[in-house]
Amino acid sequence: MPTSDYDPACLPDLLPLYYRRLFPFSQYYRWLSYGGVSKNYFQNREFSFTLKDDIYVRYQSFTTQNELEKEMQKMVPYKIDIGAVYSHRPSQHNAVKSGTFQALEKELVFDIDMTDYDDVRRCCSAADICSKCWTLMTIAIRILDRALREDFGFHHLLWVYSGRRGVHCWVCDDAARKLSVAARSAVAEYLSLIKGGEETVRKVVLSDPIHPFINHSLSVVERYFCQYAIVEQDILGSKESVDKVLALLPEDIKKDLTVYYQEEKNPMKRWDRLCTLVEHKKSSIKKGGQYFDKEIMLQYCYPRLDVNVSKGVNHLLKSPFSIHPKTGRISVPIDLKELNTFDPFEVPTISLICEELERPRADEAEDDDVKDKENEQEAGERRRIRDLQKDF
Amino acid sequence: MQFPGRRKKVIGSSQNDLYDHCLQFYGQPPLENISLTEFETFAVERLKLLKSVENIGVSYVKNSEQYVKKLDAEFSSLNFPLRTELGDRRVQGGTSEYEKRRKDHISHFILRLAYCQTEDLRRWFIQQEMDLFRYRFGELTSKHKTDFLHKNNLKYETVSAEEKKSLKDKLITSSYGLSGITVEEYDFYKVPFQDALDLVRTRKVYLLAGNAYIPHHEIVTIVLNDFRTRLSKALAMTARSLPAVQSDERLQPLLSHLSHAYVGQDYSIQKNMGKISLEQIDALSGKSFPLCMRHLHKALRENHHLRHGGRMQYGLFLKGIGLTLDQALQFWRSEFVKGKVDADKFDKAYAYSVRHMFGKEGKRTDYTPYSCMKVILSNPPSQGDYHGCPFRHSDPELLKQKLQNYKVSPSGINQLLPMLAEILELVKGMHYQLACQKYFELTHNVEDAGFSLNHPNQYFTESQKLLGGGLEIKKEVDMSQRSQENPANMTRPSQANSKQAHEEMGDLDSFFQDE
Repeated sequence: MPTSDYDPACLPDLLPLYYRRLFPFSQYYRWLSYGGVSKNYFQNREFSFTLKDDIYVRYQSFTTQNELEKEMQKMVPYKIDIGAVYSHRPSQHNAVKSGTFQALEKELVFDIDMTDYDDVRRCCSAADICSKCWTLMTIAIRILDRALREDFGFHHLLWVYSGRRGVHCWVCDDAARKLSVAARSAVAEYLSLIKGGEETVRKVVLSDPIHPFINHSLSVVERYFCQYAIVEQDILGSKESVDKVLALLPEDIKKDLTVYYQEEKNPMKRWDRLCTLVEHKKSSIKKGGQYFDKEIMLQYCYPRLDVNVSKGVNHLLKSPFSIHPKTGRISVPIDLKELNTFDPFEVPTISLICEELERPRADEAEDDDVKDKENEQEAGERRRIRDLQKDF
Repeated sequence: MQFPGRRKKVIGSSQNDLYDHCLQFYGQPPLENISLTEFETFAVERLKLLKSVENIGVSYVKNSEQYVKKLDAEFSSLNFPLRTELGDRRVQGGTSEYEKRRKDHISHFILRLAYCQTEDLRRWFIQQEMDLFRYRFGELTSKHKTDFLHKNNLKYETVSAEEKKSLKDKLITSSYGLSGITVEEYDFYKVPFQDALDLVRTRKVYLLAGNAYIPHHEIVTIVLNDFRTRLSKALAMTARSLPAVQSDERLQPLLSHLSHAYVGQDYSIQKNMGKISLEQIDALSGKSFPLCMRHLHKALRENHHLRHGGRMQYGLFLKGIGLTLDQALQFWRSEFVKGKVDADKFDKAYAYSVRHMFGKEGKRTDYTPYSCMKVILSNPPSQGDYHGCPFRHSDPELLKQKLQNYKVSPSGINQLLPMLAEILELVKGMHYQLACQKYFELTHNVEDAGFSLNHPNQYFTESQKLLGGGLEIKKEVDMSQRSQENPANMTRPSQANSKQAHEEMGDLDSFFQDE
């Protein structure tokens, strides 16, 4: 489906239209007001805008939905970030006595960025993504969504496509918004299994007893692993990628496989052999708990989150429904019920959606069509708002 | 706001009530008069105790047998309360248990005055007091533990037998050392996860619907959390009332001595500002940088880029060794421009953060270079990062390779391999700073580093001192090389230690000199 070839040079023309006709201001305002339970919750929220020519302005705040609309239509931000709810109106922070202006609350957020998987995906690197590696996001969402709901007891989660190479999660429960820095960091670490940077070869180490969280996560990964890693990513195909996998195994298994792989070229059979050898080793060692096969699966598939994004109460994160200037795509909410069919390349770009708006309305049907497109993205948002409203 | 001691009248309280448990949360300040001498002595002894806690904690794994033994010894020698019952037979000629508890109480509050003033001081004080508390709580009997919990209103819901049964398998696999039987027998507490962060963070506990299921013996972690929160709040409050205390000329000099004794150096005031030129950095990185900074420098040169974590750790270190703001800007810009960042983008995006480091933007806090503790414990590196402590964060195999590649030992392979093995042993035992000290000894070709490493800038300063010493050092080294097998060499470290101990037993002033 053509995305009307987005050209960043058109942004100055498209954005004003987007902010006048398409940005879902009323749902947005309703979300961030959280039912008006806390006084001045919306008024004390920080927004930051990146304007044309990379001009960055922080501490933007608004008193009403109307003011938000007018300002956005006036300033035409290229990027919009949402920050914390402060003790005072951010736009007046300079007038506040030094030390008393403080970030009080914010949603608990997570940022999963495909770049962090570069060492384990072969199809793309850096800012590129494709349908093959997108599975990593699907896996990440499934694992984290379950954990945040079942283990931590959160109910109101908003998953959003970032517009280019990843997804964000906004946890909007009252309890989540009130979490301290230490608590956010603890949640993020609980959810982290991949440890180590350039210098670490074996990034996942499992030992007995295996925590229920890890078991749950493994069962998700196992559902996708063969199709994703063995078939699509072909991690046991070329010598180069086989070597990377073997580097995660102990010497004796490595030796055996090197010999075996000289004859056997079928990747599935290669994987099976690996698993069999690990099983054997496990039962022969008294200590038990050698989980090399599971560690490999996790290293290749388990979500990698940036703890620093989740830790800070005042950390600014890209707003849902903002546009990604490099790709033109809209940061749309992701419906978890349709997660398997979500396609980042089908997400509307600002050029597409503006073009549909501009198309001369020959008849009612077309009119509805366009309204449908607008509604599609708003529907996702409305559903979340409805969820949040239930409690307030 | 009440201040400990000095001005308050004695309020008649029965001996037994006030100190009926050997451990306490220090919720209530002491309300009695004490003499200045007692004030001073109590404070100094507790400080010695806390410093021992810190040193022993670096040299031994916390709460291991050796750690406990060492701390026990310190405790007795400094007359702090152990875990005996009040009213036990008084040790002949020694202090009574009651008196020890009183000292514990009062000295804690005095040190609060000295250590509430800056973020760094507070962090250090809280860390040592927590380690101390954890050790003391751990040594209590089960009964005393329960007593303590009840006395301090930590009433968490216990999990019903039914629920335990249905969750049995999950409970067994969530905590180390639990079996089906222990799960049935022991009490489990249901605690909101926000109150059990240390256990949640390390995934040592079962989580369901926002609650952590804590076995009885793990309750110390919860208690510690509580302790830390209370102490943190108390210190903030104390800081606000400090001016009134400091106006008392009897106390002001003592309090300021106490807080300087800890700090030693935080490298926030650059003594050598402007003495380093940018051209020297490459050479210095090989000779005098600790491994973490050498690593960062190399990554920066190779990739012409560093991520935020790396920029902070390395940038602040460079500030600490004496780079001026202008030099720093030039340094970072010239390197980044060789990569994917053009001069304009650098000025827009990165220059701000360099100026921020030097306290010229935003809150205008003059950030201090990271200590080893900070590098080791916070912000572990992930994919694409080069910061952190290589002894902590690198694979031992890769670490070994890297050390070999750096051609660390000027004296050849025979000395290199055994030293590497020692370093790896220390790493395995989690003694990262000691491993780095060994690295220092290896690269500088000395038997004994001669200092206790706790800061990357300290490494640099000591290295420069040593290299500046020149001929003298070389002679020492030649001798030690020739007498490698000589057991006399082994006694040198212990000689250094006894000298240290002797200094510590000297008068107040000499105690407060830098070691």
